[in-house]
Amino acid sequence: MLVSVYRYNPETDSAPYMQDYQVEIPAGKDLMVLDVLALIKEQDSSLAYRRSCREGVCGSDGLNINGKNGLACVTPLSECAKGGKLVLRPLPGLPVIRDIVIDMSLFYKQYEKIKPYLQNNTPAPAIERLQSPEERAKLDGLYECILCACCSTSCPSFWWNPEKFIGPAGLLQAYRFLADSRDTATDDRLADLDDPFSVFRCRGIMNCVSVCPKGLNPTRAIGHIRNMLLSRNV
Amino acid sequence: MGVSITNFSRSGLSDWLIQRFTAVVMAVYTVFIVGYILSTPGLDYGQWKEFFECTGVRIFTLLTLISVVAHAWIGMWIISTDYIKPAVLRFAFQATCFLTMFVFLVWGIDIIWGL
Ligand code: SF4
Repeated sequence: MLVSVYRYNPETDSAPYMQDYQVEIPAGKDLMVLDVLALIKEQDSSLAYRRSCREGVCGSDGLNINGKNGLACVTPLSECAKGGKLVLRPLPGLPVIRDIVIDMSLFYKQYEKIKPYLQNNTPAPAIERLQSPEERAKLDGLYECILCACCSTSCPSFWWNPEKFIGPAGLLQAYRFLADSRDTATDDRLADLDDPFSVFRCRGIMNCVSVCPKGLNPTRAIGHIRNMLLSRNV
Repeated sequence: MGVSITNFSRSGLSDWLIQRFTAVVMAVYTVFIVGYILSTPGLDYGQWKEFFECTGVRIFTLLTLISVVAHAWIGMWIISTDYIKPAVLRFAFQATCFLTMFVFLVWGIDIIWGL
């Protein structure tokens, strides 16, 4: 199989370029894209990529695979390389450190802005803060996010304003804490989001929904935030 | 966080609401005008003039004109902050939009109200 990979080493290359590799795919096997990267690494040890758990849990190997963002470790060739060719690029919109490894600082900065931790100003109970099963159920579809950045880097609004628009991943987490019955900072959280950029740059493009490897729906969470802002202010 | 002095209201929520509200006004007005034209066969200048002499029609038309301006301003401001990164160019674009809309608004009021 022909695999074309984005290469860039800022210490030696003046500009990024695409490098082609011919990779032997073992017959009768449906490899994951990450396995293909490992085969390329055997041919060419200068290729840099990021990985850790290799099973869709750590969120390290987000890539642009044949034009669509996804995790290399859970994307089978049968799904992404139907035409028999594989094109691997870094996630778009963030600076490249080397080859297909990107600098996620801006992504984490947006995550940090939404204060991704429980805030509660009531005295701590002796054992723990309890939730009813219904209250806990509200966090389903939110807490599963692994911060792989596939969604935010597929979002045009995040490309244009990565410093000001929180992006789908950050907003999904913002709603995760807004929806938490144990969090008492709801009003402050909403006040921080009511500017023209943080939430409202979402134009409902829904690329985030179509790429999320965990099947989450950031657009729906953003809609919930907007409704909360609406009922707080109208 | 990214608050700018040049957007309509400094609040993302109000901008968003204004855009939705003005869109509804424009949609209803379009149905109203198209409906009037379709239901008045052989429409001539006299009838058209009489139609616009009715205060209700004038108020609705003015409301729509203001809606167009507000809707367009918010939209153009968003487009400029998405795509035009150099501040000088962005400001020049916004100023041009503002002046154009202002001229059309005053001109439109002049036409509708015949002051
Ligand atoms: S919402 Fe999905 S795509 Fe976005 S960071 Fe979380 S797991 Fe990744």
